[in-house]
Amino acid sequence: MTAALLALVRRDLALAAGQGGTIGMTIGFFIVAASLFPLAAGPEPALLARAAPAVIWIGALLATLLGLDRLFQADLEDGSLDLLLLGGSPASLIVLAKCLAHWLATGLPLVLASPLLALLLGLDPAALGVLAASLLLGTPTLSLVGAVGASLTVGLRRAGVLIALLVLPLYVPVLIFGAGTVGQATLGLPVLPGLGLLAALLLLSLPVAALGAAGALRLATS
Amino acid sequence: MFTRLANPARFLGLADRLLPWLAGATVLAFAGGLAWGLVLSPPDYQQGDTVRIMYVHVPAAWLALSIYLFMAAASVVGLVWKHPLADLAAKSAAPIGAAFCLIALVTGSLWGAPMWGAWWRWDPRLTSMLVLFFLYLGYLALWAAIEAPDKAAQAAAILAIVGAVNVPIVKFSVDWWSSLHQPASVMRMGGPTIDPSILWPLLLNAAAFHLYVATVLIWRLKAELIGRRLRALGLAIAEQT
Repeated sequence: MTAALLALVRRDLALAAGQGGTIGMTIGFFIVAASLFPLAAGPEPALLARAAPAVIWIGALLATLLGLDRLFQADLEDGSLDLLLLGGSPASLIVLAKCLAHWLATGLPLVLASPLLALLLGLDPAALGVLAASLLLGTPTLSLVGAVGASLTVGLRRAGVLIALLVLPLYVPVLIFGAGTVGQATLGLPVLPGLGLLAALLLLSLPVAALGAAGALRLATS
Repeated sequence: MFTRLANPARFLGLADRLLPWLAGATVLAFAGGLAWGLVLSPPDYQQGDTVRIMYVHVPAAWLALSIYLFMAAASVVGLVWKHPLADLAAKSAAPIGAAFCLIALVTGSLWGAPMWGAWWRWDPRLTSMLVLFFLYLGYLALWAAIEAPDKAAQAAAILAIVGAVNVPIVKFSVDWWSSLHQPASVMRMGGPTIDPSILWPLLLNAAAFHLYVATVLIWRLKAELIGRRLRALGLAIAEQT
């Protein structure tokens, strides 16, 4: 079973890397979207540095949304979703494997690209590590909660807009703790409580998202 | 009682017997509550007549929250026990809850304009109410997007449950967020510090709002059941011809 799940993760990663560089496009979107902010708000370094955690986190939220509508849709269309659910692995573990692949293809590149953006926006260099840590703990939650939205809308036309409407309100706590913790770091305040809360959200979203999305997938293929 | 109501005909019979009483009680409670709250009760010593907005605002905010919890509970019942009324109850409750959420937001904004000097402040309560409103919108949009009623019911139920897990976390995170960014809220109304001359009309209004929700909910459930029967009849006719 573990081998089957690992194969699923490898397949999804290969697809993400093969389809015209989805991974590169996600980073590209993230950087372009965040660099639009100084153009709109003006180049004042103090303002940019203060808004940097918010801009980077909102960029990460939107970049995560990009690939969500294809997360299960592509598998439903070519029939592999039915085969996956018929196979020996529980549906909830399949969801977790798909989420892991989605995170490796979108969340992790965002974590790696975040220091560059932080420097572009003039974030306090002392907060770079906290920014990367907050994204490292927060973006898996975004993928997991996003998987619930993706599985509920799989097979629907115009699923992309609906996913955004379903999922963005659920992202509020991650955004608050993620950007808030980076803000704390720039002020020299303790960051461990914030990071701990992000980790708690991740642990809570693991079972909730796995069970919820598995139920929705069984429903979509029934 | 609970399983007996699974029979739609039995529920419709009970609904027809209950509705006139509920509707009558709603009208009476509203007449009394609004007259007491909006005209007879004394103005607040600080807020003046603006305090009367609260007689609408507070019950609406209570109901916006409790209707979401009701939806989530009905969704659990629908998913676990396949109770035929539960899904329809959740579906019927959602627009009512969304409407009360909007009423709470608008009346809060109207109250904020004279009291805070601004139509909108990112007060923690306003903010979490706004997120709750977005959750309602997502739930309604999901019902509207899925055509097959059975699938829509189950998908919406999953969303309602995931959303209900999120509601306390949103509340907590928004409180944490506002403690970072903002001084303590202007609105302070601890339970025992409310004067009885204001508390009693508030409670009567809350009773009126609850009766109203019960009436409209049963009404909408009735309409849903009759609509489902009409669809089934239409399908049967289409098959015969």
